[in-house]
Amino acid sequence: MAINQSTAAAVTGVQGPESVPVSLDVNGSTYVVELEPRVSLLDALRDHLDLTGTKKGCDQGTCGACTVWQDGRRVLACLTLAMTCEGHQISTIEGLAQEGELHPMQQAFIDHDAFQCGYCTPGQIMSAVALIREGNATTDADIAEHMSGNICRCQAYPNIHAAIRAVRDADDDGDGGR
Amino acid sequence: MSPVVGKPVNRVDGPDKVTGSGRYCGEVVLPGLAYGLIVGSSIANGRVVSIDTTAAEAAGGVLGIMTHQNTPKVANQPHLLPSLAGQPAPGESFFPMQDEVVHYWGQPVALVVAESQEQAAHAARLLDITYDVGVPIATIEDGRSQAYVPEMLFGGLLPARDERGDVEAALASAEVTVDATYHFAANHHNPLETGVTTAQWDGDRLTVWDSTMGVRASQLTVATLLGIPLSDVRVITHFVGGGFGSKAMVWPHVTLAAMAARHVRRPVRLALTRPQSFTSNGHREEQEQRITLGAGRDGRLTAIRHQKTSVTSPFDDWAEPATGVSTQIYGCDNYLGTHSLIKGNTMTPTFTRAPGESLGSFTLETGMDRLAYELDMDPVELRIMNHPPVDNHGNTWSSDGMADCLRKGASLFGWAYRDPRPGVRQEGNDLIGTGVAGAGYPVAFFMPVQHARARIFNDGSVVIQTSAQEFGIGVTTSMSQVGADGLGVDMGVLRFEAGDTDLPNSTSAVGSMGATMASSAVHNAATTLRNELIAHAVNDSHSPLHGLSPSSVRVAGGRMTSTLDPSISESYSDLLRRNRLLDLEALGSWTPPPFDTPHGLLTFGAQFAEVAVDKDLGLVRVRRMVGVFAPGRVLNPKLARSQLLGGMLWGLSQALLEGNQIDRATGRWALNNLGEYLVPVHADIPDIQVEFVEVEDDVVGPLGVKGVGEVGQVGAAAAIANAVFHATGRRMNELPMTAEVVMNGAG
Repeated sequence: MAINQSTAAAVTGVQGPESVPVSLDVNGSTYVVELEPRVSLLDALRDHLDLTGTKKGCDQGTCGACTVWQDGRRVLACLTLAMTCEGHQISTIEGLAQEGELHPMQQAFIDHDAFQCGYCTPGQIMSAVALIREGNATTDADIAEHMSGNICRCQAYPNIHAAIRAVRDADDDGDGGR
Repeated sequence: MSPVVGKPVNRVDGPDKVTGSGRYCGEVVLPGLAYGLIVGSSIANGRVVSIDTTAAEAAGGVLGIMTHQNTPKVANQPHLLPSLAGQPAPGESFFPMQDEVVHYWGQPVALVVAESQEQAAHAARLLDITYDVGVPIATIEDGRSQAYVPEMLFGGLLPARDERGDVEAALASAEVTVDATYHFAANHHNPLETGVTTAQWDGDRLTVWDSTMGVRASQLTVATLLGIPLSDVRVITHFVGGGFGSKAMVWPHVTLAAMAARHVRRPVRLALTRPQSFTSNGHREEQEQRITLGAGRDGRLTAIRHQKTSVTSPFDDWAEPATGVSTQIYGCDNYLGTHSLIKGNTMTPTFTRAPGESLGSFTLETGMDRLAYELDMDPVELRIMNHPPVDNHGNTWSSDGMADCLRKGASLFGWAYRDPRPGVRQEGNDLIGTGVAGAGYPVAFFMPVQHARARIFNDGSVVIQTSAQEFGIGVTTSMSQVGADGLGVDMGVLRFEAGDTDLPNSTSAVGSMGATMASSAVHNAATTLRNELIAHAVNDSHSPLHGLSPSSVRVAGGRMTSTLDPSISESYSDLLRRNRLLDLEALGSWTPPPFDTPHGLLTFGAQFAEVAVDKDLGLVRVRRMVGVFAPGRVLNPKLARSQLLGGMLWGLSQALLEGNQIDRATGRWALNNLGEYLVPVHADIPDIQVEFVEVEDDVVGPLGVKGVGEVGQVGAAAAIANAVFHATGRRMNELPMTAEVVMNGAG
C-alpha cells in the first residue's frame, strides 16, 4: 500500500523534531521516555531503557542482531522508529526467561553450544523462538532459510540448528517452546 | 571428583549471553555519558584544506568537535608490533588528526561529541570539509612497478625472505613441475560487535572499556600515545562481540575516545559504525601469490618457490606472513619464500583469522593438488609421503599428527571410494567433486611471561584471575576447568575473573596462543596454591595430615586426602579456619620457551570437502566438510569443536563469498556493509564434522595445549577449490570463487 506522507502526518498528528514523551510497552512493563522522533527502537531500548540485551550489529537492517518482537512478530529494532511502537507490545531477550528460569530455547543454546562471542545470540534466540511459532522450523531447509536474517560471524550455525531442532521436537503445542 | 579438563562442559558464561545480561564495552552505564562519532575522510590521498564547523557546533546537543587543529599531539608514536609481543601494539605506525594529510579513505579527520548518538550523527553531517585531492595508489595493479621486498615484516619480527638450497636449479632439473598464480580479494573481519570504546577520566587516571582481544595491549598503547604511566590506565573488557583479528591490535579510535573524554570533560562512548569498521581496524590485504613446485616422478618434492605480492600502507611494511607453513609442512631441500610489498593509500592491513597461512596454504595446497594430478597420485598419499618428521631447521616436531589427521579424515569422508577423474560425477544439473588439503598453523612464542592468581577463601570458594579476554574463545569456561583441576576443587565453587588490567598479566589472545598462555599461567597458579595448602596441612600439628609427605596427599573436591589411608583427610576450609586464615592466595607464572626453541612448532590438521557446482550457472554449494585436527591437549572438546567448526566455515566463506575491491579512481572500498560484503548465513552451511587426533606435547606448556582458533580455517578453502576442480576440471585462480570465476576458471 502506498502511503502519502502528508496524509500519514494528518492521520497521526505531527510530533517532533524535539523530544516528546513516548510510551513504550516492553516485556509487559510500560515505560514513558522523552525521545526525538528520529530515535530507533534499538537505541531507545539500549540507551534510554538500559535494555542492552538487544544488540546493535550494523544499524542498517542487515545482520539481525537487534531482532525483537512487535506484537509477537519478528522486527528489526534498528529499522523501527521507537515512536511508532506506541500501542504495540515489544518483547526483547530480557523478557524471555520467566521467574529466573531460562526459556527452553535459551537452555538449548547453552546445551548445544550455539554461540561463541554471544553478540548475535539474543537476536538468534528471538528469531528461533518465533520461527517455531511461525511454523517455519519443520524441516532443516526451513530452519536454514528462515533463520538467514540472523548472521553469526563466529559461525555457530550448525549448533544453532541443533538447538532449534531440539526445542522444536520437545515442543508439543507449537508455541516456540513455552 | 574426576578431572574436568577434557570434559565437554557447557560455557559458564552461557546464561549471561543467552539472557542478554552480559555487558559489552558499549553497554557500560556511566553518569553523564556522551557519544562520540568519527568522521572519516572522503578521499584516499591528499589533504584537508578546511573544516568549517560552524553549522555543526550550532546543532543541538553538540559538546565538542575535534579536528587536526585542536586534537592534542600524541606524546609518542609507537611502531607497529604484533600484540602477542606484549608491548605497545598500534595497528599502524600512525595516528590521525595530527596534521592535515590524508593517507587513506576513511582516515579520521574529525570527531563529534554530543549528548546523544542521533545528535552526533546529525552534527557530523553538517561539517563542511574541503580537500585537496591527489591520485591514489590503492591496488596491486596501480603499484606493481613499485613493488619491493622489505628486509623484515611484522614490525621486524619475521624476515620477508626465507631461502634454503637452490630453488632455481632444483626447478630446472625437476622431473615434474607445476606453476600457478592466484589473486585474492581483500577480506574484512566484520565481528558482529564493531570496535567500541568507552573512556572515563578521574583526574589523571583513565578507565577504558575497550572491545579488545588484549586489554594489556590497549593499556600499553593508550598510555604510550598519551604519555601517561601504565598505572594510570585501566582497561576493562568483560565481553567482546567477536574479534577475528580486528581487535588484536589497538586502532586510533581507542585513544581518540580517551582524548574526546578529556576534551568534553565527560565520559565518552565511541563506537565504529558498520561502514567505518571497513576502514578503521585493518583488513586482510589484497594479494597475489604464486607457487612453483618441482618434484620427482616418485612424488618427492625437490623445490618449492612461494611468492606473495600485496599492498600495504604508507606507514608500515606489513604483510600477513604467507610462507610459515609452506616452508615446513612438507620436506624439501630447496625452498624460496618471498613477500613483496607495494605502498598504497590504504590503512595498514592486519591480522585476519588464520593470518597469512590461510591464503598461503591455499596456494600451497591447491598446488599440491595440481601436482598430484600431474603425477597421477592420490593427493592424500602425496601429502603423507612428503610430510617430514622434522621442521625446516631439522628440529623434531613438539607434536605431529599430520598423517593421522589425513588418514582419519579420509576414512570419515569416504575418500577411498573417490573416482579421481575430474568432471565425471553429475547429479541433475550439478557437477559433484571432492577435495582434500593439509592444514598447519605456527605456534609462536613471542609473548612475555604470563601470570595468574589463585585465591581460596575459608568457606572453600575460589577465585582465579588473569587478564585474558572472552571474545567467544571460551576462556572463561576452559580456565575454570584448568583452575578446578589444578587446585582440586569442584568447578561450582570456582569463579574465573578476567578482562581487566588490574588482574595479573596475560597477553593478547592472538595467533592461536590464548589457550596455551592462559592455561599455563592458571595451571601454575592453581597448583602453586594447592602445594601451599598441602604444605600448611602436613606441617600443622592439628591437621590429620600432619607429618605426611606432601607427595602422598591428593586433592579433590576441596579436600586433601592421604593416598596411603583414604580415611585421613581434611578440607581446605577446615585448614584455613583453624589457622585463622580468611584466605590464601598464590601467583603462578609461566615463562614461554625461547622463540628459537629447538622444536618444530605447528598445529596440524586435514580438510575434506564435497561440492556441487551448477554446470550452467557456476554456483558452488558446499555439501559437506570434514576436518580433523591435532591441537595437543583439548581442554574442552565441546568448545574446541565449535571454534574449529567456525574456522572451517570461515574457510568456506573465504572460498566462496568474501571479497572487497578498492575503486581505483577514488581509493574507496567498493563494499562497506553486510548487505553487500557477503558472509555466510544459515542457508550456506553444509553438513560439517570435526574430529580430533590426540597428540601429547610437553614443549608448549605444562598442559600441552596448542590453539584451535586458526587451524580450522587453514586448508578449508583449498579443499573446496580442489573439489571444484574435481567437479568441473577447471582450476580456480581467484578468491572468492564467484560464479564468473567458476565459469571462467583457468582450465
